[in-house]
Amino acid sequence: MIGSLDARIPSGPLADKWTRHKDHARLVAPNNRRKFEIIVVGSGLAGGSAAATLGELGYNVKCFCYQDSPRRAHSIAAQGGINAAKNYQNDGDSVFRLFYDTIKGGDFRAREANVYRLAEVSNLIIDQCVEQGVPFAREYGGLLANRSFGGAQVSRTFYARGQTGQQLLLGAYQALCRQIAAGTVEMFPQTEMLDLVLVDGHAKGTITRNLVTGKIEAYAGDAVVLATGGYGNVFYLSTNARGCNVTATYRAYKKGALFANPCFTQIHPTCIPVSGANQSKLTLMSESLRNDGRVWVPKKPGDKRPPNQIPEDERDYYLERKYPSFGNLAPRDISSRAAKEVCDEGRGVGDSGRGVYLDFADAIARLGENTIRERYGNLFHIYEKITGENAYQRPMRIYPAVHYTMGGLWVDYNLMSNVPGLHVIGEANFSDHGANRLGASALMQGLADGYFVLPYTLPVYLAPQIGKRPSIDRPEFRKAESEVRSRTEKLLAINGKRSVDSFHRELGLLLWDKCGMARNARGLREALAWIPEMREHFWREVRVPGDGEEFNQSLERAGRVADFLEFGELMCIDALMRDESCGGHFREEHQTPDGEARRDDDNFADVFAWEYQGNGSVAAPKLHREPLNFETVQLTQRSYK
Amino acid sequence: MNFKLKVWRQKDRKAKGELVEYNARNVSPNTSFLEMLDVVNEGLVAQGKEPIAFDSDCREGICGTCSLTINGEAHGPDHPGAACEVYMRRFKDGETIVVEPFRAKPFPLIKDLVVDRSALDRIVQAGGFIAARAGSAPEANSTPVPKHEADLAMEAAACIGCGACAAACPNASAMLFTAAKVSHLSFLPQGQPERTRRVLKMVTAMDAEGFGNCTNTYECEAVCPASISASLIAKLNREYAVASLRRSGGE
Repeated sequence: MIGSLDARIPSGPLADKWTRHKDHARLVAPNNRRKFEIIVVGSGLAGGSAAATLGELGYNVKCFCYQDSPRRAHSIAAQGGINAAKNYQNDGDSVFRLFYDTIKGGDFRAREANVYRLAEVSNLIIDQCVEQGVPFAREYGGLLANRSFGGAQVSRTFYARGQTGQQLLLGAYQALCRQIAAGTVEMFPQTEMLDLVLVDGHAKGTITRNLVTGKIEAYAGDAVVLATGGYGNVFYLSTNARGCNVTATYRAYKKGALFANPCFTQIHPTCIPVSGANQSKLTLMSESLRNDGRVWVPKKPGDKRPPNQIPEDERDYYLERKYPSFGNLAPRDISSRAAKEVCDEGRGVGDSGRGVYLDFADAIARLGENTIRERYGNLFHIYEKITGENAYQRPMRIYPAVHYTMGGLWVDYNLMSNVPGLHVIGEANFSDHGANRLGASALMQGLADGYFVLPYTLPVYLAPQIGKRPSIDRPEFRKAESEVRSRTEKLLAINGKRSVDSFHRELGLLLWDKCGMARNARGLREALAWIPEMREHFWREVRVPGDGEEFNQSLERAGRVADFLEFGELMCIDALMRDESCGGHFREEHQTPDGEARRDDDNFADVFAWEYQGNGSVAAPKLHREPLNFETVQLTQRSYK
Repeated sequence: MNFKLKVWRQKDRKAKGELVEYNARNVSPNTSFLEMLDVVNEGLVAQGKEPIAFDSDCREGICGTCSLTINGEAHGPDHPGAACEVYMRRFKDGETIVVEPFRAKPFPLIKDLVVDRSALDRIVQAGGFIAARAGSAPEANSTPVPKHEADLAMEAAACIGCGACAAACPNASAMLFTAAKVSHLSFLPQGQPERTRRVLKMVTAMDAEGFGNCTNTYECEAVCPASISASLIAKLNREYAVASLRRSGGE
């Protein structure tokens, strides 16, 4: 049973909360830390940095990832950059301004205290990464360079070419490697968490499957940290890696952890458009390109002329026209919707008509091709690989695609879920980005949580838990293990006629249509009627070849898709119940006369946190609401005009 | 487009492997190589057969998971780039394409086209890091780094850790991989304190994993998806020689 949701936000003025919290939080003494075993699931920016830092502090860490090396976690693919309030550009940035931009960017659906703390520790992250050897871009004088990102009027984004995520992850990975060598962290690559184990209501272990041998095993810990990323792959086509999944967080949800704001998904405006039925994923073109690229479509619907034959006065630079003060750097949710709108009007470009131009001609004329190559060379290279087109000569074609998920497991100020001991960090939690994340803030949050927040907040839970780690011989472990085993056997025994991917694709198309860039009550109800049926078909008709005691990629995917088929329903329920528009959640029934999202602060200025009670016709999840109290900022209609 | 594929199938490390023929029909030239394999696999599943096991994750050339040898070339014909960035428009209609795993003794086979590359992780664990404990770092701009050196560090740090260098090398040498990490960290002022120890430990680990020596065939550079320059191997040798001298001098 869950009582009222207490976010445990420290009292006092916003700017002092974190310091006061740290000053008074419980500690675990150095000689006691080695008595604790911490299970960290995921090895991306959040999980990798947390595992490394907890290892440095002297805890025993077991870190799990499904990839064959922790360095391959999907954080590696983040391109553009990481925000920090250093104000190196002397352009008026500050901790408060980064906090405010993030809260506003999230359309006032995030917690003030968490976001302020994020902005506060942002500067430490840059110091830490530089010291680890992250080769950030620099100016000729040797100092760090910055660039601009959407939703801000200052230059606060640090970057390493278009490979910032890669370099930050390698920094965390190298710190992790050091701890693996030191023996404080034991690494379990190619090992997937398939269930969470609760003992006396506390998260005390996991059940995993070794993806190489198929062996199902139990692990006990004093606390469990989930850093398993987002659930964007519920849409099948997304910018996520193929393996990204919701399984760990969804399994935790089924064990009692609340899932918060699942309908808050980010559709990124600048991705390479879908080109065929067999496409397996979508590729992002970093938002940083909008620093120098101008977005446009022809003014006339159905104008099929090549872009260079469309004269200047027949082009609509719609972002510059609609949002003059932010222009091409309008936030992601707004830019994505604007692209959809012009394509819906028949002004989209490319064979499919679902695309807009991102044009570098002006920037190349102003700065020269070499400068553009230096800034974005690898992105232009990726673009050419995929499309066969040279973007130095003709504008890129881009279209929005699913990219990030703001929703995630509910956590309190200590990043602990409502299940004691279960901590959730990075994209896997819900706490910092509200209804829309600003560019270059995901890397910031992942590393903030792992390096500078969890190491301080985890002891609050751990300190009184000394000596309470259960043995894996307990019935709770045996039961969870046998449930995982029988689920695997069930999947293998169906032996139907359809492939796992065919179900995943079908679910993805439905969600993109009904719960994507625009949603309405009718469409969501249709999706809610269809998903349980799809699930039933899946459990009757899917074919999973091979067996469980071996390397079996079909089986891995089947388990993940089975969870997506349940999770998709939760997402639609959340989208339906949130009867307002905010950020990336655009309910067509609620818009301003000029088509912007219209919030309803009187009824929806809160977090929706869902408790599992069953699916489909069996039972609906139970809604818990955490009111968002804004003590410092004033809620306003978000404007980027 | 239509293709005939010859794909390496091997149930596990102990089983005997062989090239098995498959047909890929009506493939759009804008399909990626891995998506073409997805379609072949869908067909196999429909016939009740085991799909071809192959590795991939990000499918945009940055995670380093994909590891195919296509027509004898690590990552296939479209250099620089990973196998996931190869598109069918690079092949001739009707062509026969041979698909094999990355082959190198330190990369034991797991199944079909999937190999175990954890040897590369162990090389980094031996010393491929800067010991900077979280919370201990000085202010980021307190040590300026000349742009040229930061750029050189970035070029070396771009390595995606795929292991194509070792797979392409006739000696299965991982010198390019190790050189990239050693160079990245030694170009930066933050990497100086551990410079000697790092290179000695990483090279020792590399040898212990069974990777061979460099004999300057430059195959590694030719297939590297991150365009890591083979000149870094010369730097690695220099770093190693200097470190050995320092060590024997009692440092």
